[in-house]
Amino acid sequence: MGEEKRDSGPLSITYMADMPYDYHAGFYYSRFLKELKDNKRIYGVKCPRCGKVYVPPRIVCRDCFVTMEEFVEVGNEGTLLAFTVTNFPYTDTTRGEPKKIPYTAAYIKLDGSDSNIVHCLDETDEKKIKAGMRVRAVFSDTRTGDYFHDIDHFEIIQ
Amino acid sequence: MKNRVGIVGVGQTHHKSKNTDCKGQELISIAVKRALESADLTMADIDAIVIGNMDHFESINYVDMWSVDGSGGYMKPIMKVTTGGTTGSAVGHAGFYHVASGLFDTVLAIGWEQNSESDTTAAISTCFDPITEREFCGGAIGPLAAQYTAYMSKYGATEEDAALVSVRDHNNAALYNPYAHLRQTITVEEVMKSPYISYPMKFLDICPRSDGACAVIFAGEDKAKKTVERPAWILGVGDCHILVHLADGIGLANLPSLERAAREAYEMAGITDPFRQFDVAELYVPASTAGVTWMEALGLCEEGGGPRLIRSGVTNMVGELPINPSGGVLATNPIGATGLLRIGEAALQVMGKAEEKQVEGARVAVATGFGGCFWSDVTVLSSSTQLD
Ligand SMILES: [Zn+2]
Repeated sequence: MGEEKRDSGPLSITYMADMPYDYHAGFYYSRFLKELKDNKRIYGVKCPRCGKVYVPPRIVCRDCFVTMEEFVEVGNEGTLLAFTVTNFPYTDTTRGEPKKIPYTAAYIKLDGSDSNIVHCLDETDEKKIKAGMRVRAVFSDTRTGDYFHDIDHFEIIQ
Repeated sequence: MKNRVGIVGVGQTHHKSKNTDCKGQELISIAVKRALESADLTMADIDAIVIGNMDHFESINYVDMWSVDGSGGYMKPIMKVTTGGTTGSAVGHAGFYHVASGLFDTVLAIGWEQNSESDTTAAISTCFDPITEREFCGGAIGPLAAQYTAYMSKYGATEEDAALVSVRDHNNAALYNPYAHLRQTITVEEVMKSPYISYPMKFLDICPRSDGACAVIFAGEDKAKKTVERPAWILGVGDCHILVHLADGIGLANLPSLERAAREAYEMAGITDPFRQFDVAELYVPASTAGVTWMEALGLCEEGGGPRLIRSGVTNMVGELPINPSGGVLATNPIGATGLLRIGEAALQVMGKAEEKQVEGARVAVATGFGGCFWSDVTVLSSSTQLD
């Protein structure tokens, strides 16, 4: 049996199933999301052994594997480490709809954090963006406890 | 390791964008039969099977069970390994571990994918944290594109440097690899004129998605020597998983997981001067930009030296260290098979069986795998059981 096409006319069967999930935010993300929603503050968590601050907060330090319990506020400004202006349409897996393009994904280290976050910039002209720029969080007026909504976007600090 | 391990057989399908002719198991069976034939073995010689593909892509659970009609695993031990982009290289390493442990003599490793059966960019996006990352991580392309902006800023690399990698790999596939999915020669100008998909990545900078399968047979020293005249001996392996949060990997211009995996594999193999000791490399380069940025992690150049190495032409087929004679991932990408293809192609080189794509006199080769949140696998292979 080779790979050459046979005459029988192979068929494809389409399978359409919604697969909804309820992701549990847990203790650390819930605290993070509540601070964003209620106080427009960004919180991380600090490792008791090495002192590194992680945003978003999480239970263990990746290097020390000790439980982290000390929540610390970090800045709402930071440094843009990397970015990409996304121009290809793909399915938004949260909503199951086509993603709105173009958008600029931004990888940012907030002041006071030792880890990075991903969000978006309100600038989509790549000529006006450079890794290393300073950026600031712009909060939404109608906050709901959703990280991608409550921080509406980041703006370049001119 | 308890047992020395050699690759004795390699098989692959002709890869294409949409394989409507066969079901996944039929595709797998083609690669398996070709691997057995290449070593003059039968399924009766196989003691265990390791198989892998991407989670979510075909929406099939228990692939280890489902694939038996193609893998030949009826009444044999089968292990499924799935680690994202590194699935294929991890499947290969698991095959190696099985034999190196001394518990199995001959093991069949299989990687496969029918990418065309689903929306793979959406499927890949589910590997990112749904609450804090998924929204803005565009499949596999977005994070790789972003990483290059960090590298360009830090080291002065250009989009043209990436285009040179794209031209090298596409043209190798077109000229030398009859199994490759994309087989068209291209020019730097064509790459530069192709539209931005995700700045700074253009259409001709990124890998396709392919339907295809690869199978590689690992054997213990005695069996390997009895089976083929010149096995591809595995001298070293290294695996390194790194950050859970994708954003932490992207912020780095370099690839520390590859550096660590290379260090481990090199130490095991006795590689001290990689650029001179390797005759050929089959690197998991999923985007042309990665072909510029990751060579330094393998010790092939100094930090930030990727652009210099690419511009010099030494990694072309006629250069001192040809990279990706097969055309690599930029020409062929059946994801679960992609990493295993790197090991298989590197093995064919040191076995002297790479045909049109053979690098003359190749005796020592390196293969890599890349995936998920910027983690890496490295394999060192040789036609000799140890380096001189
Ligand atoms: Zn720590």
